[in-house]
Parts: sequence; C-alpha cells; structure tokens
Amino acid sequence: MEYRIKIFIIALSINILLCMIRAVIGPSKLDRLVAINIIGTKTIVLIASVAFIIHETFFIDVVLVYALISFLSSIFVCNPD
Amino acid sequence: MIKSILEIILLLGGLFFFSVGTIGILRFPDVMTRIHSGAKCDTLGLALSLSALALHNGFNFVSVKLMLVIVFVWISNPTIAHLIAKAANKK
Repeated sequence: MEYRIKIFIIALSINILLCMIRAVIGPSKLDRLVAINIIGTKTIVLIASVAFIIHETFFIDVVLVYALISFLSSIFVCNPD
Repeated sequence: MIKSILEIILLLGGLFFFSVGTIGILRFPDVMTRIHSGAKCDTLGLALSLSALALHNGFNFVSVKLMLVIVFVWISNPTIAHLIAKAANKK
C-alpha cells in the first residue's frame, strides 16, 4: 500500500530539483520568488507524504505551521513598503 | 479495490499538475507567464495530492487537518501570486 507513496515522493523530489534550477539561474528577483514559492508548496506535500510513510501523525501539524510560515515569508518579501 | 484505483488516479493527477508547473517554470520566457504556470502547481497539484493522502488515511482527524491545509493554501497562494504580479507590474 505504501510503495506508491514512495514512488510519488521520488518523483516529487525530482520536480523540486528541477524547480531549484530556476531558483538558481532566475534573471530577476521575482523569478526566484516564484520558484521558491512553488518549492514551498511541493515541500508541504512532501512532508505530508513522509508522515504517511513513517506513521507519525504529528507531522500534519508541521505541515500546517510550514504553510503559515511560507505564506508569511512570501508576503513580507514581495511587499516593498 | 476501488479505493486503491481512485487513490492512484488522484496521485497521478497531482503529479501531472506538478510536472506541468515545473516544465512551465523552466520553459516560459517572462515573469508573468511563470506566475501563471506556478498557480497550476499551487491549486490543483496540491489539492489532488492531499486528497489522495486523505483518502488513503480514511475519515479521521488527520484528514480534517489535511482538508484545512488545502483550504488555507487555496486562500493564501492566489494572494501571493497577486502580490508578485503587482510588484512585477510596478517595476
């Protein structure tokens, strides 16, 4: 039952590495911000999948807190005032 | 049996939208088009993947938390995309 979640985690990690290319070579700051925002979204799904692999339900709370902190950091970075 | 098939379909759909968003991030030429491609990742990819995980878990308090994460990300990520587009338009 869990091997399909493991395959999903491997494919999602490859996607995160491909997004990291745009975060490194992005021409402006906003390209890097978009790439980092998407990496944060994929990390939410990655932590939630790891919680089902190792059977620890408190990782879902970690997912909630990570979503809050990612939202706040993106808001504060892209607000110029 | 039908639960497993539905879970595989939801996982593959989420992975499809994540891959499409990643290819768009890598290939599109401008900031606005990259924001447009990233919103696909944020909404449908995350919703389908977390729905598959909640279906794998069954109806539980953990599934309620996962649905809460989906609702919060659906509120917050269009806000971030709007702010990035406003900053790119001002520059």
